[in-house]
Amino acid sequence: MEGIFGNLAIGFIEVFKLQAVTFAGMTMTLPFNILMCLIGCLLGTLIGVLPGIGPVATIAMLLPVTFNLSPIAALIMLAGIYYGAQYGGSTTAILVNLPGESSSVVTCLDGYQMARQGRAGPALATAAIGSFFAGTVATLVVAMFAPPLAEVALKFGPAEYFSLMVLGLVAAVVLASGSLIKAIAMVILGLLLGLVGTDVNSGVLRFAFGISELADGIGFVTVAMGMFGICEIIANLEQKEHREVFTSKVGSLMPTKQDFKRMIAPILRGTVLGSCLGILPGGGALLASFGAYTLEKKVSKYSHEFGKGAIEGVAAPEAANNAGAQTSFIPLLTLGIPSNAVMALMIGAMMIQGIAPGPQVMTERPQLFWGMIASMWVGNLMLVILNLPLIGMWIKLLTVPYRYLYPSILLFMAIGVFSISNQPFDCFLMACFGLLGYVCVKLGCEPAPLILGFILGPLMEENLRRAMLLSRGDPWVFISPSKPISMGFLIASILLLVIIALPALRKKRVEVFVEDNK
Amino acid sequence: MKIKSQKDWWAGWMFIAFGLFFILVSAGTPEFINGMFGTKLIAGYQMGSSVRMGPAYFPVVLGGMLAALGLMVLIDSLVEEGPKVAKFHFRPLIFIAVSSLAFAYLLKPLGLALASVALVFICAYGGHEFKWKEVAIMSVVLVIFSVVVFVKGLSLPFPVCPSFIDVCPIR
Repeated sequence: MEGIFGNLAIGFIEVFKLQAVTFAGMTMTLPFNILMCLIGCLLGTLIGVLPGIGPVATIAMLLPVTFNLSPIAALIMLAGIYYGAQYGGSTTAILVNLPGESSSVVTCLDGYQMARQGRAGPALATAAIGSFFAGTVATLVVAMFAPPLAEVALKFGPAEYFSLMVLGLVAAVVLASGSLIKAIAMVILGLLLGLVGTDVNSGVLRFAFGISELADGIGFVTVAMGMFGICEIIANLEQKEHREVFTSKVGSLMPTKQDFKRMIAPILRGTVLGSCLGILPGGGALLASFGAYTLEKKVSKYSHEFGKGAIEGVAAPEAANNAGAQTSFIPLLTLGIPSNAVMALMIGAMMIQGIAPGPQVMTERPQLFWGMIASMWVGNLMLVILNLPLIGMWIKLLTVPYRYLYPSILLFMAIGVFSISNQPFDCFLMACFGLLGYVCVKLGCEPAPLILGFILGPLMEENLRRAMLLSRGDPWVFISPSKPISMGFLIASILLLVIIALPALRKKRVEVFVEDNK
Repeated sequence: MKIKSQKDWWAGWMFIAFGLFFILVSAGTPEFINGMFGTKLIAGYQMGSSVRMGPAYFPVVLGGMLAALGLMVLIDSLVEEGPKVAKFHFRPLIFIAVSSLAFAYLLKPLGLALASVALVFICAYGGHEFKWKEVAIMSVVLVIFSVVVFVKGLSLPFPVCPSFIDVCPIR
């Protein structure tokens, strides 16, 4: 226990450290990391509030900018965007009945009903309190579970890593909604696209077709912005804008005594469930909020009020999505394996900074590791302040029509992509991936698994080659009894696939997602 | 044979096409096709062995898996009832793509300011409502913002003015 607090202390010192910063030619001494955390949280809330732009596109957009920052400042800011979006998303869900963020879809159900009954204030407060509590617990969970996990992972060889990546990818597709086969196919397509560029082992240029810009491979920023950013814009432009802002004053924010009593248990349950689901590969905020709402509907004694403005239906998913957003950093920080598209981008951010993601990050860069964890708690505190007293400002932003938003988003994306290598070619690629993403969405194939595969492609090939070289070409190395961990991972992946492919469960899975998407 | 799920039908073909494409490029064209043309159409990369995998090994395996999955989706589309492919909206698609291309290829010759204006105007035209005045104001605001933040603040090496103007007030 003391070890954790000692480590967290290192983190807090790192977060509040004063640094000399040069901006626009002026040098100032500032607590730069905390400032970046604030910027991340502000941006996160902003994009959370605004429907039509998600954290994936935003983080991708800002990645080129983080090139000039120190690694810790960059990661703190990007992490802030992800959990900040969970706070902001609930505001839109409650006031407009539109999910500002996909993970607040279920908050719409009861949150908007509360707002219609004139209880928007308490609903917003409940969401913020739940999120903050969950954020605090999740920070401690990350601090407690990350070190032992990293220690185990340090013993992994190439065979274990390869099998772990297989398990991660399989779990990610199993937990995703939509067709399983298509999701696996998207992962493989992502893996293949990740191989474009110079092969590290032989130096051969693969799939470059004489285009010199492709020698270093396709930038994942380009892929993410195309598949998520561009694709989101086109999809939003398809339908006519209709947004009914519930601005008839938010009223008092203070929940009543009865409200407090009713929200405690759901917040606790949501936090526990969210923390668990966040760690799972493929998990994260989205899955956590769906899971928590379903659970709460089953166990709550007010279940008849669900859908009619039950405070439990706001408290539980909001706590869960924030907890899930934060604990999904555990596999990233300890194993270097992304559990969702946002985490895949965080891996990219680490690589841009020259950090190889994996268990060694904790021992080699304790300041970075613990600083990031400490920043999460500080960020949560800031978010409560940003979201409750400043709620009026966010409501004003909600009324900004989309036709002002998307040209700005597109311009920042284009600038970001162009700045990666100062070549027009990357923008061209972004447009191509936007097109591919649009086609995929139309054909019912989700783009998120593709991004995961894309990030893991080169790593997987590398580990596969190494493992095969070490075993002298024996493919059984992955499931031999001498490698029990690798065998365990692979058996788990096969089991997952078999279970999901069973006809009875397959139907059930479809039902669950259909019910959730209502 | 009747296609029951249009979405799966096309998705299946897409995956098969991608899978075959990656196999073809990495393994090269097969002998009988080379024989027909008298030359090696696509050279391909080295396969290697399972001990020392060549650059073609992993992509060929993955391409094969992708094509197989595509075939499964395709067969599924003939068996299981599924939704139709939703309508493609070409207007936003084309305008968004063209605007980002215009920005990219105009940035070096015309500078950030004019390239941004081009992007804003073209993509705004792809939306539902297009009001000249609004878009003009928006592009001015965005140009000022991006020059201040990206060129001044983050010192991205973008030219601000067109390259044919010798004296640029902002650098």
